[in-house]
Amino acid sequence: MTISTTTPGRAAVRPPQGWLRFAAPQQFYPLAGQLAPWFAALAALLAAAGLYIGFFVAPTDFQQGEVYRVIFIHVPAAWMSMFIYLIMAFWSAVGLVMNTRLSFIVSQALAPTGAMFCFVALWTGALWGKPTWGAYWVWDARLTSQLLLLFLYFGFIALTRAIEDPRRADRAGAVLALVGAVNVPIIYFSVQWWNTLHQGASVSIAKAPSMATIMLVGMLLMALAAWMYSIAVALWRVRALILERERHTEWVGAVLEAEAKAAGGVR
Amino acid sequence: MEWESWSAFWQMGGAAPYVWGSYGVTLVLVALELVLVLRRRKDTAARLLRWRRAVGKDVGGPQARMESIE
Amino acid sequence: MLSTFLAILRRDLLLSWRGRADLLVTLAFFVVVVCLFPFGVGAEPNQLRAIAPGVLWVAALLASLLALHRLFAQDHADGTLEQLLLSSEPAVLWVLAKIAAFWLTTGLPLVIAAPALALLFDLEQSALPVLTLSLALGTPILALLGAVGAALTLGVRGGGMLLALLVLPLYVPVLIFGAGAVDAHLGGTGAKAQLLLLGGGLAGALALAPWACASALRIAME
Repeated sequence: MTISTTTPGRAAVRPPQGWLRFAAPQQFYPLAGQLAPWFAALAALLAAAGLYIGFFVAPTDFQQGEVYRVIFIHVPAAWMSMFIYLIMAFWSAVGLVMNTRLSFIVSQALAPTGAMFCFVALWTGALWGKPTWGAYWVWDARLTSQLLLLFLYFGFIALTRAIEDPRRADRAGAVLALVGAVNVPIIYFSVQWWNTLHQGASVSIAKAPSMATIMLVGMLLMALAAWMYSIAVALWRVRALILERERHTEWVGAVLEAEAKAAGGVR
Repeated sequence: MEWESWSAFWQMGGAAPYVWGSYGVTLVLVALELVLVLRRRKDTAARLLRWRRAVGKDVGGPQARMESIE
Repeated sequence: MLSTFLAILRRDLLLSWRGRADLLVTLAFFVVVVCLFPFGVGAEPNQLRAIAPGVLWVAALLASLLALHRLFAQDHADGTLEQLLLSSEPAVLWVLAKIAAFWLTTGLPLVIAAPALALLFDLEQSALPVLTLSLALGTPILALLGAVGAALTLGVRGGGMLLALLVLPLYVPVLIFGAGAVDAHLGGTGAKAQLLLLGGGLAGALALAPWACASALRIAME
């Protein structure tokens, strides 16, 4: 069985060259296996640096005291959950337009991590809200949009898991991701309209940041760590999905036998 | 150094439950996701290897397709 | 072009008329849900007046959600959908006709019934036109967005609950502006902004949703 990423006719003539050849699951599987540990290591280093700055260098906030230190995971997690949804939508669009199976696999591999970050942002937001607002949950615009984003993630994951035919699951999930991505700004705007009682965004490009530079550095380091972690986990998840999808092909058989032999050699 | 002692660090100026509750849950979720993801690939590989050896050469055949769904 | 649209519209309306008991069930559900609220929150008139817009909107939203599975299910079962997809007619056109027929048979009755139900909550008389207008603009958006969800979950096991999970978060802006319009009118700020936003949302949904719905149907039938 040949593995083609473009139309079968063209792939038979000449396989794609350069970076494009990694769009073939067969090529991407080993690449992902090689890259993932590096991204994980980078994530660990960045998180260590970010946490060190966050806990031992950044001073106490003169208004909120120590509890503000939740920001070093809250804001990166909230950013990450939004970025991941956009990246999912991007790969879904690529998959629908270019008809590449790997794009769909990538967007499905990202979804659980995005949902996890979304939940982390909500959880830390609630714990941060209790001492600062006096309640675990207020129907603040950003918390509410975050909650709706979590529901969008649940919908995507549920839909792609419920459809048994992988081809249909891929495409239906992609359409849903795009519909969701179009709606995210509308949801955000409407929720803000609904409740204009919210704090100004804590970091915005337009105006000078209202937080100390060192706090910002810690937060950005943690945000980078979240990126690296997401990439590593997504790559690992892509590997499992590729094996599952390509189980009927020769190359998966060869890979599995080789892995079993390597594992047997250690034992 | 920001903190006078380790116990001051752990108390977080009285905000310990909120700060450590946030970091703790995040750590647990991240660790859980890592374990699940890595185990998933291993389990998939082991299951597919058993299946391929059981079916033999005919992995692309209709019979194998039915069985591989489990 | 127009004749295809009208032919499908007439066909779907005729089919709905033959199964009109189903339509009454949707309307009855709406009425019953609205009437449950006073039992839950108490019959204190001021409180009822305050929650009326939200209650009517949430009930209308749930009623149109409940009817969604009927949008494509029958045509999927008897093969009509496949025939339509194979035909040379542009899919967006007949998808739009089906959604229009769906709204006329499930959405429009809710719009008409809502002012009468609002009287049970002693909603101000002057707010009734605003309520009707907000529902008239909002329920077509619900039908358009819901159609995409119905197409995506067509024939999927556990489709009903899944459909609710997919569609309800997308309904939130409609709910906010719909109920918000009535609240703004009662609060004295005027409902113009909300109604304009609902109208804009309807135009956007009309432009995008049939297209997304058609591709979702194609994916489902492949």
